[in-house]
Amino acid sequence: MSIRPDGRFVDDTPYERDLGAEARNAELDMSNSRLLWLRFKQHKLGLISAIFLLLAYFSLPFAGFIAPYTPNERLEDYIYAPPQMISLFHDGQFIGPHVYPTVAEMDLETFSWKYVPDKDTPLPLEYFCEGGSYRLAGVYVTDKHMFCAPEGATIFLFGADRLGRDVFSRILYGAQLSLTVGLVGITVSFVIGIVLGSIAGYFGGFLDWVINRVIEILRSLPELPLWLALSAAVPSHWSPVAVFFIISIILGILDWPGLARAVRSKFLSLREEEFVKAAEMMGAKPSRVIRKHLLPNFLSHLIASATLSIPAMILGETALSFLGLGLRAPAVSWGVMLNDAQNLASIEIYPWTAIPMLPIVIVVLAFNFFGDGLRDAMDPNRS
Amino acid sequence: MGLLRFAVFRFLTMLATLVVVSVFIFLIINLPPGDYLSNQINELRATGQSNGIAKAEFLRQEYSLDQPMWRQYMIWMGFMPGPHGLAGMLQGEFGWSFEFDKPVADLVGGALWMTILVNLAAVVFIYAVALPLGVIAAARSKTWIDYTSALVGYLGLATPNFLLALILFYYGNRYLNLPIGGLMDPQYEGQPMSFDKMKSVLIHLIIPTFVIGTSGAAAMMQRLRANLLDELGKPYVETARAKGMRESSMLVKYPLRVAFNPFVADIGTLIPSLVSGSVLVSVVLGLQTIGPLLLTALKSQDLFLSAFVLMFVALLTLIGTLVSDLLLALLDPRIRFGGRNK
Repeated sequence: MSIRPDGRFVDDTPYERDLGAEARNAELDMSNSRLLWLRFKQHKLGLISAIFLLLAYFSLPFAGFIAPYTPNERLEDYIYAPPQMISLFHDGQFIGPHVYPTVAEMDLETFSWKYVPDKDTPLPLEYFCEGGSYRLAGVYVTDKHMFCAPEGATIFLFGADRLGRDVFSRILYGAQLSLTVGLVGITVSFVIGIVLGSIAGYFGGFLDWVINRVIEILRSLPELPLWLALSAAVPSHWSPVAVFFIISIILGILDWPGLARAVRSKFLSLREEEFVKAAEMMGAKPSRVIRKHLLPNFLSHLIASATLSIPAMILGETALSFLGLGLRAPAVSWGVMLNDAQNLASIEIYPWTAIPMLPIVIVVLAFNFFGDGLRDAMDPNRS
Repeated sequence: MGLLRFAVFRFLTMLATLVVVSVFIFLIINLPPGDYLSNQINELRATGQSNGIAKAEFLRQEYSLDQPMWRQYMIWMGFMPGPHGLAGMLQGEFGWSFEFDKPVADLVGGALWMTILVNLAAVVFIYAVALPLGVIAAARSKTWIDYTSALVGYLGLATPNFLLALILFYYGNRYLNLPIGGLMDPQYEGQPMSFDKMKSVLIHLIIPTFVIGTSGAAAMMQRLRANLLDELGKPYVETARAKGMRESSMLVKYPLRVAFNPFVADIGTLIPSLVSGSVLVSVVLGLQTIGPLLLTALKSQDLFLSAFVLMFVALLTLIGTLVSDLLLALLDPRIRFGGRNK
C-alpha cells in the first residue's frame, strides 16, 4: 500500500485477473452456435456418428474413384464368387497388400462353382490404375480407380452377386441413392410440415381445424401400404432419376404430419409472447412475423427432429426397393441390392449377398445417435 | 356417462375419418393411368384376340369402370346405385378381383383373420416384453440390464424388419427347428379349427411376432423407462422409501401407475407401424395375411382388391387407435373431460 502525492491509496500488488470468474462468465458471452457445439461435444456417440456421416456424405461424389469396379460391370466367370481378403504377408514375409488369383472349379457334390485361391502366386494390388470409366462427381469422365485388381486376379472385398458384379463397389454406388433419398424426402416433409404447421398454429380457427384433421388422419394410417400404393402408380417407363425423385417425394409426403404438429404446438405457445405482439403492432405482416420472429426460435429444434426421421426414410426406401416397387434395376441402391437376397436359399448359400444390410444398420444407427446428440445439445434443460 | 358419451363421440369421429380415408384410398388406387380391364382389352386388341374382349367389356360395365371417377367412387362405396342397385362396401359387396378372377370377399376371407391374429400377437408381445423390461431398466438404471436393453432396442430400431425376419427364420429353423414359411403346416390349411391346428399356428407365429414386435417393444420400453425415471426422482417416492416400504411394492403401487398412462396411449401411435411391419414381414415370410395379396394387387392394378385391402388395413389401425383411446379414458378421467373446459 502506498500513498500517492494527491492523497490516494494504491495497492502495490500487481492486478490479478480473476480467471475463474471469467471462465464462468465466458459461457454467457459465447455465440449460440459455439454453445451448441460445446454441448454437442459432450455426447460422444453423437460426435462419432456425426463425423462418420460427414465422411460418408463427402465420399459420395467419389464413389466411382474408391470402388474398384463400376456398378454394372459383369465378370461372368466369377458369378457368386465369395469375399476375398487382401493380405499383407506371404509365407511369413511382408510384401505389401496383395491378392491371390482364384480358379473356378465345379463342385460335383453340390453342383455349384467353387473358387479356389491359388496360394502360390501373390499378385500385388495396383493403385491409380485404369478400369471401367465413370463420371467423377457426376461431371468429369475418367477411368482412374484408387485401387484395382492386378492382371489375372479379381478383388471382390464383399464377394460377387448373381451376375458377377462386385458387391463392395455396388455398395459404394448404392450409397449415392440410398443416402440422398432421405435428404430429399426430409426436405419435402420439412417444407410441407413447416408451411402447414405454421399456418395452423399462427392463424388458428378453421384452417387449424382442417390441418389438424388431416394430420390426425395421416398419422393414423399405416405408412407402408400407402407408400406401396403410391409407388405402384409410378409409370414403369420413367427414367431412374425421375423414379428416384418421385420415390423420395412419396417418402416425404407421408412424413410431414409429425413435424407439422410440433411446429403448430410451438407456434401456439409463442404466438402469445410479447415480442410477437410488438412486431404485429409495428405492422409486420404474418409472413414476416413467422419468418423473422417465430421460426428462428425453434428451427434448431426442428432440425434435430428432422435428423431423427431420416432413418425412417432410408429404411422405407430399402423396404420399397426390396419389394420391387421402389427404385428399379439399372439404378443401384442398398434396397435394390437386397432384392437379390430375398430368399432363404441365397442367404444360406451366398451369405455375402446380404452384406448391404450392414451399411443400412450402421447409417440408421448413426443418424439416431446424431439426432439424439443434437437434440440434447439444443435442449439442455430437458432431462 | 361421461365415458359412454366419449366412446360414442370417438366412434363417430372414426366413421367420419374412415369416409375421408376411403376417398383418399380410391384416389391413390386410380392414380396409375388406365385400369386392369382397359389394359387387358388393349392387350387383347394388340394380339388380335377378339373373344376375350367381349367378356372384359362386359366386366367393365358390370363394375361400372366406364363411369366418371366420382360415380365409380359412390358406387364402390355403396352410396349410389350401380348396375345392380346399391352394392358397395357398405352393403358388404367388396367387388371382383380381376387378377384372380374371384370375388374379393372369397379371396381375402381367411387372410383377414390371420392379419388380425398376427397383429394382435404383436401387440401382446410388445406389452409382455416392454412392461417388465422397461420397469427393470428404470429400477436398475445404469446397470448392465439397462445398457443391454438399450443396445438391443437400438439394433431393433435400425435393422430393416424384413432382413431380421429372414435371418431369424434361418437360424430359428437351423437351431430351434422352427418351421419355415406360412402360418400353419400345409395339412391344416382349409381344415376346421382344432387343437393341433392351433398349436401349429402358434408355433408358426413365434418368429413373425418377434420380428414385427421388436422395434415397437424397444421404443415402448425406452419410453416407459424414461417416464418411470422421471417419477422416481419425485418426493413422494422418497417418502415411501423413508417409510420403509419395500422397493418392489412401492414401485408398483405409486410411480408405475403414473407412468402407465403414456404406455397405454402409445399403442395407438404404434399400431400403424405394426400394421406396416406386418405387411412387409408377411410378404417376406409368405404368411397368408393380406400383405402378399396387397402387393400382387398393386402390381397388377387390381382395383377392387387393392382398395379393399387398403381399406381393411386402415380400418384395423383406426379400430386399434379407438380401443387405445377408450382404454386411456377408462384409466384416466382427465382425458375424458379434458376437451370441455377449454
